[in-house]
Amino acid sequence: MVTIRLSVPETATAGDIIEIKALIQHPMESGFRRGSRGEVIARDIITRFECIYGGETVFAANFFPAVSANPFLSFHTRATTSGTLRFRWTDQNGQTWEDTAEIAVT
Amino acid sequence: MKAWLALPLLCWLAACARSETSHDFAVERPEPAVSGTTFLTPETQALQEDDFANPGYLWVDRGAALFLATMPDSPSCASCHGEDGGGLIGAAAIHPKWDEIDSKLVNLEGRINECRTRRQHRDALDYESDDLLALTTYITNLSKEMPLSVEPDPRAKAALEIGKAYFNTRRGQFNLSCSNCHTENWGQTLRGDTISQGHGNAFPAYRLEWQSIGSLHRRFQDCDTGVRAQPHALGSETYLALEYYLAIRGANIPIEAPGVRR
Amino acid sequence: MDQPVKPSRPTRRTLLIATAATTAFGWLARPALAAPGELAKAQAALFGDREIRKGRVDVTLPPISENGYSVPIRIDVDSPMTETDHVVQVAVFSPQNPLPNVAQFKLGPRAGQASIETRIRLGGSQAVTVVAEMNDGSLWSGSDETVVTLAACVVL
Repeated sequence: MVTIRLSVPETATAGDIIEIKALIQHPMESGFRRGSRGEVIARDIITRFECIYGGETVFAANFFPAVSANPFLSFHTRATTSGTLRFRWTDQNGQTWEDTAEIAVT
Repeated sequence: MKAWLALPLLCWLAACARSETSHDFAVERPEPAVSGTTFLTPETQALQEDDFANPGYLWVDRGAALFLATMPDSPSCASCHGEDGGGLIGAAAIHPKWDEIDSKLVNLEGRINECRTRRQHRDALDYESDDLLALTTYITNLSKEMPLSVEPDPRAKAALEIGKAYFNTRRGQFNLSCSNCHTENWGQTLRGDTISQGHGNAFPAYRLEWQSIGSLHRRFQDCDTGVRAQPHALGSETYLALEYYLAIRGANIPIEAPGVRR
Repeated sequence: MDQPVKPSRPTRRTLLIATAATTAFGWLARPALAAPGELAKAQAALFGDREIRKGRVDVTLPPISENGYSVPIRIDVDSPMTETDHVVQVAVFSPQNPLPNVAQFKLGPRAGQASIETRIRLGGSQAVTVVAEMNDGSLWSGSDETVVTLAACVVL
């Protein structure tokens, strides 16, 4: 069970620049660590993040192993229309996690 | 040990315990007693204070969901303790505590497992499992900012003595006791760290080193390994006694939950 | 950061260890030299041989990172973020890591503001470089340094 936290303002005025924060529980195993017997611990990371709002990807990120575990992001977007913001994380194997948040724009 | 060493050793030990009074439960305590937050960089302090980005909240959220989860023939935690956990505000501040039914000391993990097995007809959760960490972090978060208020219980006196002895005994290749660093040298730097007073008031804590939330017992394991001593098992009687001693030694220090430490 | 008032107490043997450790800390805290080869290759892979000019990109790292596993970074790019003048991409590089690429962020006029915060892993003290690509193809960069310290009780 992967826990996700989102911070999106519930309301905004059209044209406002709003800050969005997203946090997801994930070990982001870099592939550079070694276990107690010296064996390499295999890489297991989220490689992509997307925020889709008003039918458009308004922000995206490519992650490499140097992004910390439980990756945190803060970015900005303009409030355009009321509706749903979709957030999607994709890992190196193509597994995805999604969550949504609603915004009312006046 | 050679007999002639005994007297200076006893004097030294007595000096270590210089603030002990005739009261049975007196514990030596650094003054002023401050939380480990004091010894962190501003950025780490800010991360702990951040109500959104503190990664420990991922476990608080998970714990809140587990708290509400129902199963067939098994009441949820919320059915007794309230949907918002209201019935457990203050619980973390008074644990470890003497358990009346089993006649032993229990910490929060032990109490949760007791409830799960006896009252919820569910399996006990393994120490340091994600679910148990989530529940302890959630429940400790309910007591956020409350002062540590563990009452020294006469029935748990043996545990207090064991905890105190452990804290003051040198161990490991480095031959250091907890008190060497955390009572005698707190505030000094060791490598890049400033040594804290070792209270444990911020646990379960998100340690940057672990990249995860972890329990106080896990921290004890790291401390013991850090001085190259054999660590004890998570949930062991020794660590429970040490946890009890620390809670009394750290009395009135506010709980930080979820804590963030390096 | 405020230091608590330290009560005077007799010097103990542990202070010898602290002294040795502080010396070790001094050695570990040496500012890292950028490895130009690795960094240049990583930037070329993304941007070809286009000129990267210094400016317009503000990078903020803590002066001391008490754990390399989680270093907060803030990036602000000076851009009006209009349809005709905006940041298209922001790329973060850590020259002293095993891999120089840290993250790439895709922006656009809808971003409103080119400000990003995240947390990254750094393998040692270094200057982290950030390159911003504008919609007109121009490249701008900024950097900041941090000292990555080692824990007291290293559990290795």
